[in-house]
Amino acid sequence: MPSHPNVIDPAFTGEVQRESEQNLALCYQCGNCTAGCPVSFAYDYTVNQIMRLVQAGRKREALSSHAIWLCASCETCTTRCPNDIDVARVMDALRHMARREDMVSEKAVGAFWKSFLDSVEKHGRVYELGLMAAYAGRTGRMFTDVDLAPMALRKGKLGLKAHDIEKIAEIRGIFDRYREQQQ
Amino acid sequence: MNIGVFVCHCGSNIAGTVDTEAVAKAALEYREVVFATDAMYACSEPGQAGIVEAIGTYALDGVVVASCTPRMHEATFRRTLERAGLNRYMFEMANIREHVSWVGKDKAANTRKAAELVHMAVEKLRRNERLQAGEFDIAKRVMVIGGGVAGIQAALDCADGGLEVVLVEREPSIGGKMSKLDKTFPTVDCSSCILGPKMVDVAQHPNITLYALSEVDSVDGFVGNFNVTVRRKAAYVDWDACTGCGECAAKCPSKKTPDRFNEFIGLTTAINIPFPQAIPKKASINANACIKLTKGKCGACAKVCPTGAIRFDQKDELVTEKVGAIIAATGYDLFDFTKYGEYGGGRYPDVITAMQYERLLSASGPTEGHIRRPSDGAEPRDIVFIQCVGSRDKSIGRPYCTGFCCMYTAKQTILTKDHMPDSQSYVFYMDIRSPGKNYDEFTRRAMEEYGAKYIRGRVSAIQPKNGRYLVKGADTLLGRQVEIEADLVVLAVGAEAARGAGELAEKLRISYDPYGFFLEGHPKLKPVETNTAGVYLAGSCQGPKDIPSSVAQGGAAAAKALSLLSKDKLASDPQVSGVKLARCIGCGKCESVCPFGAIEMIEFRGMPKASIIETVCQGCGVCTAACPQGAAQLRHFTDNQILAEVNALCL
Repeated sequence: MPSHPNVIDPAFTGEVQRESEQNLALCYQCGNCTAGCPVSFAYDYTVNQIMRLVQAGRKREALSSHAIWLCASCETCTTRCPNDIDVARVMDALRHMARREDMVSEKAVGAFWKSFLDSVEKHGRVYELGLMAAYAGRTGRMFTDVDLAPMALRKGKLGLKAHDIEKIAEIRGIFDRYREQQQ
Repeated sequence: MNIGVFVCHCGSNIAGTVDTEAVAKAALEYREVVFATDAMYACSEPGQAGIVEAIGTYALDGVVVASCTPRMHEATFRRTLERAGLNRYMFEMANIREHVSWVGKDKAANTRKAAELVHMAVEKLRRNERLQAGEFDIAKRVMVIGGGVAGIQAALDCADGGLEVVLVEREPSIGGKMSKLDKTFPTVDCSSCILGPKMVDVAQHPNITLYALSEVDSVDGFVGNFNVTVRRKAAYVDWDACTGCGECAAKCPSKKTPDRFNEFIGLTTAINIPFPQAIPKKASINANACIKLTKGKCGACAKVCPTGAIRFDQKDELVTEKVGAIIAATGYDLFDFTKYGEYGGGRYPDVITAMQYERLLSASGPTEGHIRRPSDGAEPRDIVFIQCVGSRDKSIGRPYCTGFCCMYTAKQTILTKDHMPDSQSYVFYMDIRSPGKNYDEFTRRAMEEYGAKYIRGRVSAIQPKNGRYLVKGADTLLGRQVEIEADLVVLAVGAEAARGAGELAEKLRISYDPYGFFLEGHPKLKPVETNTAGVYLAGSCQGPKDIPSSVAQGGAAAAKALSLLSKDKLASDPQVSGVKLARCIGCGKCESVCPFGAIEMIEFRGMPKASIIETVCQGCGVCTAACPQGAAQLRHFTDNQILAEVNALCL
């Protein structure tokens, strides 16, 4: 990877293109994605800037951006794009690449995803209390959203015990196959 | 027959991947070839001189040139043969560029293929006949379809050049889109002040017949001799009697008729003259809104008309005009602004199109030139303009740039400031396209002198908020989102092909692109011609254009028509069908398949036979394929010639 931030990595554009199956050359930087993004206020780069970073081969800035982790995957950008680019899918591809390259800037979001997937692998579905505990353990954020717990408990949305699904082996098979492919 | 073969290098275009010398050597082995050589550029002056010289030296009576497509230089080489005293049809062309060198990289294979194509050409040439072109009479009249500024210019130029002109306009008045504009960029001239005199010239020109409220119904015939049937739609008014006084409109009780001319932001009467400068200045009745025509009662207009011109029983009328050339100038339509749900066009009353805004700006418009919101009639202060609404957007099937919206938006911001000095205009744009004389200076002036705030980015949504509109967009130069509260939003709608353009193209037998714009003969070298002889294009029917380009094309199309019809007779192509009477069994199949009506059945010694009308036949060859007896043969492409080519390739 280039050391100086202004040195571009032309191969990066192609990698994102392959992984997202989107033609990034179609983007003419109109800004429609940014205009409609509901979480743009929290971004370090706007959506069209993320697209530009990818087009320009600026791998480090794109993969270490906060924006890709704050994206809500609402797909407004995809809906509005005049060139039919699935922008949300590009964001998704960037998250995968950032994880592989160990460049996740929003550690808490990464931790949540990891805890979520661990729970699914273990039980075949999400065990909410276990997910909360794992997330808190990974991030040290003991009290995030704790105020919601009483209501969730009352409505039966937070089981105290984990319920594994019947054919859990098949779910685990998916995880195994994923790991094999990664090797 | 003595045949000469010339194999062209076309620089490295052909010689780069074909061994032209080897092709020439191979050609010497073909029957009746007495001379063969290769040449650097066969079409160049020395190349042609070489052909002329060889015809004399070797007493050639037929020539094959192996080079590019016949579309490029067949006419060139036929003239070369004529200069050397040969019949122009004793020539064949083998296309070894488009069909060989440009499509294959293997030099050995290319060389073999080129030699085989030359062999086919030689075998066909051996069976060629010396054909002579005939002559036919032509109508020195032109039909111009569409009375916008392009059609008006074409009609006036043809008429001034001495041709009789029939101008057909679909709307009740000529003037087209330009007549709806308030001012024009980049000079801020009053649009109707500069167009008006031209419209009057059309009305007064002795050589121009104007059919307004009329459409082309059908087109027969061919270059020099078109028969066009025009449907003159019922106006329910006798236009010979109507003086355009306007008494009828003043008394018409149906006062809530949607106003087409004012882009439906105002109301008009069921009987009306669309605008004060209308040509012809005649009243017509909107049958859907007229109380008499819908409910049977009323007739107020008939009572007040001083010349008794109202005709409630008027019907469409068909008239047929014989013309030698046709100029299509049918213009464009505006993109349907309701297609972007996020802008609220059609749902929010104060989100309007740029053309509607023109009508608000115009002194002859529904607000007499005072800018008023359609919803409450209030004067707006903050106005947002959004560019590229229906342009450069693949997702809605409009990938092209309309090309003039950047300019008219800049003009509208300038006019807005002129009308309302306290107003503020905002323009959301992607790129500013202003490549014309004084165009970029004009857009800069909108920003520098008139204070229009240009924001580089798109708008994602427009939401009503306390009687105003919250416009949510992006400023990509800042990398921020931006929100503007606006009183009025103007959408710079792009151009699309005129309603019914495809159907008209099919009647005229011309091509059109996937968006419905008519196809020119060549994108660079034949911009106003079509691939149908005698049919020309002017203005936005060929692609979106601004006023100066449309006027220029109107003049160019007129020059083409004048040049075509400057002759008294046109040469007929002898490559037409002929019927061998001895073989014809009179079955009539050819007559029924001929798309041009060029075959008539005659009686010959008591037997029915087919006969070709040579001036009507276009040489398409459909009769040849349909004839069960092989009696109908296309000259220069007979069955025997085609079989000889196939044999040369396969045997």
